[in-house]
Amino acid sequence: MSTTPLRLKELSKKEELLTGGHRLCSGCGAPIAVRQVLLAAEVPVVAANATGCLEVSTTIYPYTAWRIPWIHTAFENAAATISGVETMYRALRKKGKIDRKIKFIAFGGDGGTYDIGFQSLSGAMERGHDIVYICYDNGAYMNTGIQRSSATPLGANTTTSPAGKVIPGKLQPRKNLTKIMAAHGIPYVAQTTPAHWRDLMTKVRKALDVDGPAFINILAHCNRGWRTGTNTTIQDTKLAVETCFWPLYEYENGRLTINYKPKEKRPVVEFLKTQGRFRHLFSPDNEHILQQIQEYVDREWEALLREEAFWKDQEEETAS
Amino acid sequence: MGKKLALTGNQAVATAMKQINPDVCAAYPITPQTEIMQRFATFVADGEVDTELITVESEHSAMSACIGAAAGGGRVMTATSSQGLALMWEMLYIASGMRLPIVMPVVNRALSAPINIHGDHSDSMGARDSGWIQLYSENAQEAYDNVIQAVKIGEHPDVRLPVMVCMDGFIISHSIESMELLPDDVVKEFVGEYRATYPLLDVDHPVTYGPLVLPDYYMEFKRQQHEAMLHVKDVVLEVAKEFERISGRSYGLFESYRLDDAEIAVVILNSAAGTMKDVVDSYRDRGIKVGLLKPRLFRPFPYREVAEALGNAKVVGVLDRADSFGGFGPTYMEVASAFTTNGARPLMLNWIYGLGGRDFMPEHAEQAIQQMVKVLETGEVEVQKDYLGVRE
Repeated sequence: MSTTPLRLKELSKKEELLTGGHRLCSGCGAPIAVRQVLLAAEVPVVAANATGCLEVSTTIYPYTAWRIPWIHTAFENAAATISGVETMYRALRKKGKIDRKIKFIAFGGDGGTYDIGFQSLSGAMERGHDIVYICYDNGAYMNTGIQRSSATPLGANTTTSPAGKVIPGKLQPRKNLTKIMAAHGIPYVAQTTPAHWRDLMTKVRKALDVDGPAFINILAHCNRGWRTGTNTTIQDTKLAVETCFWPLYEYENGRLTINYKPKEKRPVVEFLKTQGRFRHLFSPDNEHILQQIQEYVDREWEALLREEAFWKDQEEETAS
Repeated sequence: MGKKLALTGNQAVATAMKQINPDVCAAYPITPQTEIMQRFATFVADGEVDTELITVESEHSAMSACIGAAAGGGRVMTATSSQGLALMWEMLYIASGMRLPIVMPVVNRALSAPINIHGDHSDSMGARDSGWIQLYSENAQEAYDNVIQAVKIGEHPDVRLPVMVCMDGFIISHSIESMELLPDDVVKEFVGEYRATYPLLDVDHPVTYGPLVLPDYYMEFKRQQHEAMLHVKDVVLEVAKEFERISGRSYGLFESYRLDDAEIAVVILNSAAGTMKDVVDSYRDRGIKVGLLKPRLFRPFPYREVAEALGNAKVVGVLDRADSFGGFGPTYMEVASAFTTNGARPLMLNWIYGLGGRDFMPEHAEQAIQQMVKVLETGEVEVQKDYLGVRE
């Protein structure tokens, strides 16, 4: 089968597998990411979905926005559920009851992935199922009304980490889940955004191509939770990458590649200042938090650069 | 006919699973079930089954994976006990709500706290409203037979529901008994090929499993589950008849033991029914008209049939190996409800016994029957709910 080139002209001719008419908010990053994921796939896919915005808004009975086989069971177990589907596929294929090549994707938000679904995700990755787990990370429990998760950035104002008179929003930096997934030693791990569609779709293809588990973390803008307009999704997302708040990188069989290095790394406040969830940080009392956030972003970015340099050195040594 | 062997309950169930040869099984260890899935893993490793085994990281994931696999379109099994079943609780409702005929042996064990690994029915009784069919088994033979029949019951087109097959932890799971196994090919032919109704893996006909259903449709979904449950009794009897043809062993919705002319009836589940039968015999020898009813199908509960079978008894004592703190034991509540179908009003007593694996001895059975004899004479119930074999 020929592969559709990652060019808009050709991609626009492909059937959309997540139809319009779903009830996600305008400007929501999740369906943009999902449509790109499904457009990238060149073989039939079956998807599992954790409970969350994406699930509730796309399958309001008796309607469904999914033109692919799709299953939702609960919140914390999209990885376990898809691992069951994938195992049944292997069982039926072995017995000659299925002869098609099918690939398996699980979608979860950050709550369903970083927090409540973390064990199930880790287990499924360790077991080596041929699945792609995609986290659309919007940085909080948005479906229930913007509660903090372990993906919520330091300082963010959420309904359970409100910016109050004595506590200035979330006190902890976010969990680096992409790195944790890389530590599982699985064949493919990547981080991307829907604002970098070619990067996203290339990564989805790599993830689907590997034989074994893959994980992709996608930054998904949420105008309700980030407190922005509905028309700044792509700009805000690009700022996350330009400030190195959300670097684009991938691990292929453990080897790190940074896919994009901004020519000039922008200060993180440029990403923060467009969003209402960080507004309180711009009062003089909270300047130290802005500093902490910058330090955190710098530290993580430099660690990535060092790690990439390590791999380049290794390669040069092997070559010489 | 099959061959006689000495097996533990766990070995018997693992053998039934081997003969059923499911497409996918999930395995997670928990005492006293562990041995079932451990033995099954050996069958997989030795190529004695075609099953794909998922060695999950928790029981929650075990049931989640079973649901994904069953929705995929094949035959699926797992086994659990106690805390494991409790951890699955959320997923039990989802398995039944999706109408997936997963079969799960439950090796009954007490629930924490305090932690206890021994047999009582608190685990499966807690799951009695989860939409699963529940079959209870007195011994290894019944557990084996029930597991094989459960496949056909759950997969029946009029039913399509998951099934739990319960047996007592340690007392049955770890005790060796003489029992009869069916030949592999006979079981294979009996369970037949599974045909899924809307397989998720049919990529040419995409289906959405587990949508959001709001108040406009939710109740219809739930009502359909009840309708499906209403078909179960007939299917259980039909499958039992077919099973009798291959095994010579007959099963019903429950077992009646010396019940026809009984003035005193005892209702008791699982292994303790064996002890109770001996004691019933000794009372019969003394001319006291005692009988026993041992439920097999607990969900759906055969209310009318149970009430009819207990019809002539003036005193009915229900012994529960699970408690409902501040209420009656779960079996008692069902038996009491059963009498609303025929208006019978026997005097009723409830005993809680054997919690956390406390031995149920003949003297406990005698103590209960003695009390019922007294109630029969006086026509008065002094203590309606009491405990057997407990320190005061």
